[in-house]
Amino acid sequence: MNATMIKEFRLPDLGEGLTESEIVAWKVAVGDTVTLNQIIAEVETAKAVVELPSPFAGVVAALHEQPGTVVEVGKPIVSFEIEDDGAGGSAPDAGAAKREPNLVGYGAVLEASGRPARRARSFAAPAAASPVAPAEPVAPVRAAEQVESKPVETTPAASAPGERPRSTPPVRKLAKDLGVDLEAVTGTGEHGLITRDDVLNFVGGGELPAAAQDLAGAPAPAAGRAPAGGERETRTPIKGVRKFTAAAMVASAFTAPHVTEFLTVDVTPTMELLARLKAGRAFAGYKLTPLTLVSKAVLIALRNHPTLNARWDEANQEIVQFNYVNLGIAAATPRGLTVPNIKDADRMSLMELSSALTELTDTARAGKTSPEALSGGTISITNIGVFGIDAGTPILNPGEAAILALGAVRKMPWEYQDEVTLRQVMTLSLSFDHRLVDGEQGSRFLQDLGTMLADPGMVLAMV
Amino acid sequence: MFTDDAGKGGISAGGPGNSEDSTRRTGGDLVQLITPEGERVSHPEFDSWLQDVSDEQLGSLYEDMVVIRRIDAEATALQRQGELALWPPLLGQEASQIGSARALRDDDFVFPSYRDNGVAYCRGVKVEDLVRAWRGNASAGWDPFTVNVATQQIIIGAQSLHATGYAMGIQNDGADCVAVAYFGDGATSEGDVNEAMVFAASFQAPVVFICQNNHWAISEPVRLQSHIQLADRASGFGIPSMRVDGNDVLAVMAATRIALDRARHGGGPTFIEAVTYRMGPHTTADDPTRYRDANELEDWAAKDPISRMKSLLDRKGLLTADLENAVAAKADAVAKELRAGTINMPEPQPLDIFKHVYSTPNSWLDRQQEHYSRYLASFGDPAEAASEEGAR
Repeated sequence: MNATMIKEFRLPDLGEGLTESEIVAWKVAVGDTVTLNQIIAEVETAKAVVELPSPFAGVVAALHEQPGTVVEVGKPIVSFEIEDDGAGGSAPDAGAAKREPNLVGYGAVLEASGRPARRARSFAAPAAASPVAPAEPVAPVRAAEQVESKPVETTPAASAPGERPRSTPPVRKLAKDLGVDLEAVTGTGEHGLITRDDVLNFVGGGELPAAAQDLAGAPAPAAGRAPAGGERETRTPIKGVRKFTAAAMVASAFTAPHVTEFLTVDVTPTMELLARLKAGRAFAGYKLTPLTLVSKAVLIALRNHPTLNARWDEANQEIVQFNYVNLGIAAATPRGLTVPNIKDADRMSLMELSSALTELTDTARAGKTSPEALSGGTISITNIGVFGIDAGTPILNPGEAAILALGAVRKMPWEYQDEVTLRQVMTLSLSFDHRLVDGEQGSRFLQDLGTMLADPGMVLAMV
Repeated sequence: MFTDDAGKGGISAGGPGNSEDSTRRTGGDLVQLITPEGERVSHPEFDSWLQDVSDEQLGSLYEDMVVIRRIDAEATALQRQGELALWPPLLGQEASQIGSARALRDDDFVFPSYRDNGVAYCRGVKVEDLVRAWRGNASAGWDPFTVNVATQQIIIGAQSLHATGYAMGIQNDGADCVAVAYFGDGATSEGDVNEAMVFAASFQAPVVFICQNNHWAISEPVRLQSHIQLADRASGFGIPSMRVDGNDVLAVMAATRIALDRARHGGGPTFIEAVTYRMGPHTTADDPTRYRDANELEDWAAKDPISRMKSLLDRKGLLTADLENAVAAKADAVAKELRAGTINMPEPQPLDIFKHVYSTPNSWLDRQQEHYSRYLASFGDPAEAASEEGAR
């Protein structure tokens, strides 16, 4: 029998009670012949990114949803043309009953069952009307509402004042990471549920401002140059790491008042020290770079200036002073900018620090950085010098109080012992969160850093 | 300090413990009989328990591992296709499950966790019965007494109590069969497992605790749960233990045989730690990349239980095209049977819920059932209901 038929595949609940998932990418195109269990799509749920295997063997007849779309569970996402003899794959519709694919294999047989003949109770929406009652606020109006002077929500679905805003754990986590108070966000989801997009829109994550250009210079994903004679502009959907980076940068830039200070330092003695260490036997096999020594100097300087190794905790109205240093290093990776950190870097010897830096960059470049390494940073360094850049105004890694950008080491005419000679010079750019770090503290930290790099022997006077 | 270092009876210098039996570990440190490269290494104590394992049986152990991996992959795909609510993959743990289950006697009774589908398959559970509960079509997939495998336990470690209780029953009956509890590394942190071990030791019950240490209790690594090796937790209860390479089907089989033999002959309980790795997610609703380093997975992929068995067969000249074809054909057939069985599974009827609550009639339940029948009947004819809807 060669007759064919069209079979739809509806988005299943991929993880215990989910209501929607985002199509990340299609692995097949219309017209492709697929085998049973061949991977046809990548889908992101609130819990995981999973691969969808084809439930049929046949030809892809239609893709109903575009990548990037959030699809409700139960909606058809792809249709297949399959042989009508049952041998093509699976799913001969079990029984004639129409099944609503809400959760699993079977679901409530709505059409067939109807409703109970007796309908004793009617739900006359008892209290739904009362909140609209004029003037008298039932409960104290929350601060956020006063500020925005918004009308009281009349949707019956909106949460009552005092109730925790409805959201999902990943979205609550996102909001926490971005420093967003969910009380202030209006949910657009079902029954006023606050979605990921609501949070991102709240922090203005919808578009990518110039400020969000990462200083570590991660290449823009695939945007590239338009092919000769092609379109004059290329539009790339904002998603994945780019979207997250943008949201994080916007959140950081517009919640933490940034101050950036610059100091240009004659680092010739540090470069000489570096050359000596490299030549010596003790560091044979270790990869030493200016970044290694500057990192060490930062860790030493932080001992005298711990306020830069801190975090502003808006929710609890507290300043969190870290008594350890998890040193973040901005890294350009295949997936974009990431800032993995070295745990307890302050307790490391120079050798350990050197190994940790090498491992961190190798792991990041291979795209294998673990989620653990990406969280919990307390202060960060971005090395823009590797791109030949002198200085910049780095944006704080969200939740941290300071970030240092290293410029390129250049031979420049410089004053040395009252004469102008060629010296190796580097500019340090330090951004800090002015809510908790005053100009004096930031300046003294930067000055100490400069002193150490200009004369490494001064460390003896500092520790 | 590991119990291996201690003398008979106890781990402290204070002298022998309360038991006359030694609580030392059998076999020394991690026992491995097949290296990851597929080389057979000899072990003075364990080898004697494998003398009857013929070439043919090696091929059959290989087949079982390949088939159960295929069942696992097919069930995972069925979940992604909306045919199952959930599935807990066992990828990577094939040797631990097949090696131990194949050592059991028919009259031994297994108390498995939700992940022990390889064990259930070996005991003769039908493949569609493996997924029946995961599809939501039944509260349990099979009748425990037809295959001597209890319903898979979802509550972490609770089945260890059932196993110990069953073992105490065996003692009362004067039988020589054994109760076997399967659980994971996380379960050893649970009260139930600890209570079960106390009772098992006190009553010297014929029970074997098989702990598949797959290194992850969902997202909690085993290193955070135990500062000593899990096998050494048993010694605290006075239960002798073994620590074997759980990706080595022969090591697991030998260890299980040692433990079963001890139990049958009045030697009491044994704890086996099979050191393995959960290569997939905790369940299909989990994303291990959020908490686990990709390198770790790579390291364990190199120790894969099936590829090392394949290498062993190859070294012995047993990996013929015939064997490979037969194994592949079997795996394909079983996968097809699973898929068809799942998709064509009859849907449960509302009144089925009353069927397995009590084994004997119960007037209270009968009354509930009658009420519920009348309620269902009130829905009436669907067409009639629809027209009434229209008239409203």
